[in-house]
Amino acid sequence: MTILDVKNLKKGFGGTSVLKDISFSMDEGQVVSIIGSSGSGKTTLLRCLNFLEMPDSGVIRVKDETLFDSSVPETFGEESIRRKRLHFGMVFQSFNLFPQYTALENVCLAPTLRASETGETPDQIRDRGRELLRQMGLSDREGNYPHQLSGGQQQRVAIARALALHPDILCFDEPTSALDPELTGEVLRVIRSLAEKRTTMIIVTHEMAFARDVADTVIFMDHGVIEEQGPAAQVIGNPQMERTKQFLSSYTK
Amino acid sequence: MFIEVTRSLLVGFGGTLSLFLLTLLFALPLGLLICFGSMSRLNIIKTPIRLFIWFIRGTPLMLQLLVVYYGPGILLGNNIWGSRDTGRFLAALVAFAINYSCYFSEIFRGGIQSIPAGQYEAGQVLGMTKGQIFRRIILLQVIKRIVPPISNEIITLVKDTSLARVIAVYEIIWHGQAFIKSAGIIWPLFYTAVFYLLFSGLLTILFGRIEKKLGYFR
Repeated sequence: MTILDVKNLKKGFGGTSVLKDISFSMDEGQVVSIIGSSGSGKTTLLRCLNFLEMPDSGVIRVKDETLFDSSVPETFGEESIRRKRLHFGMVFQSFNLFPQYTALENVCLAPTLRASETGETPDQIRDRGRELLRQMGLSDREGNYPHQLSGGQQQRVAIARALALHPDILCFDEPTSALDPELTGEVLRVIRSLAEKRTTMIIVTHEMAFARDVADTVIFMDHGVIEEQGPAAQVIGNPQMERTKQFLSSYTK
Repeated sequence: MFIEVTRSLLVGFGGTLSLFLLTLLFALPLGLLICFGSMSRLNIIKTPIRLFIWFIRGTPLMLQLLVVYYGPGILLGNNIWGSRDTGRFLAALVAFAINYSCYFSEIFRGGIQSIPAGQYEAGQVLGMTKGQIFRRIILLQVIKRIVPPISNEIITLVKDTSLARVIAVYEIIWHGQAFIKSAGIIWPLFYTAVFYLLFSGLLTILFGRIEKKLGYFR
């Protein structure tokens, strides 16, 4: 079942167009990996999906709901955008944990603020927060503040925090780019275990081997367009487009 | 004599202290308001506020005291402050509150703008409202960052209150100086330093505690 449908998405900053007509769709339970060099528009695409940037034009549909349609101005309102963001979870390259809260508090803050809408009790929220941290292998770290955690641990808390709101689609923006190889492994293991549980994910990454293993579909972006997309093994193992081959060969050198 | 001087200086220090505390009471919230104005996206708000801050920070506080106290009388033809002590004290309070709120507003602005955009974005993607993001995420981080510069400014304020003497507000220096005329002795004036030192020492300890208390996160 199609969970996300993006059509003709465009975004420019000043005079530079960063996304030039992006269209793709994905099914529930699928993992899509977006690869491409810096400046190709990968991060901007994720930020548009989370409405951290407003697309200039195009349509974004999740399940059967139109989240954004540039021809329907009613979809731009501040309040409606805030709700629509909840369809997506976002994990940032730089973690962006809240420094004044413990790991558990980071995970529970947003659900607590939404408790009046969801009807969840503080106990339920805390139990779920603990369960998520346990899944991330951080049960013994729930009382630690971010500065007391390693980068890998911080990123795993950030993943738990994003999952706490039950997003339909979890987005990762280069989740391991700020980590050394050892810490990268522990974060990738967690993402892999989420994939095994059929979590719908979009992962912007430079980890080619990981993308090939975990992703169902790989999208290669270049200069704001989708140059090539298809099954992971095919795009990474046997790319068709010249530009994709060029890009991937820089990884095997 | 020493006891008599101490008693008089204590009375004067009461004046210093009330000017100090009341200035803080008004200047801190006013500073936050000015700070929001100076960060406004609307130029019609931002520009006049920035000009005002420039004007206040660019002229001596002593001059501002004189303008606030004598200005209305010259412009309107009647002195709105009256001729009594409380009128002069009020004029001094207005001048101090305006002056310090401008300095505070710039410290607040610096603190708010130093918080990485990622903190706002993390709140946004978690579906928080602007108000929730500010109160639950940004505010405490800002407070932690501005404690050192604010404490600096507050300790300066303790001593700046002595400027109120130019419009004859009876603060501690005024009381100390009075002994030169009345008793021909100058040491009470120097003795006032002890009061300033003790009080600023107290503030230093207080702000040290606050910093320590906020030291649990980075």
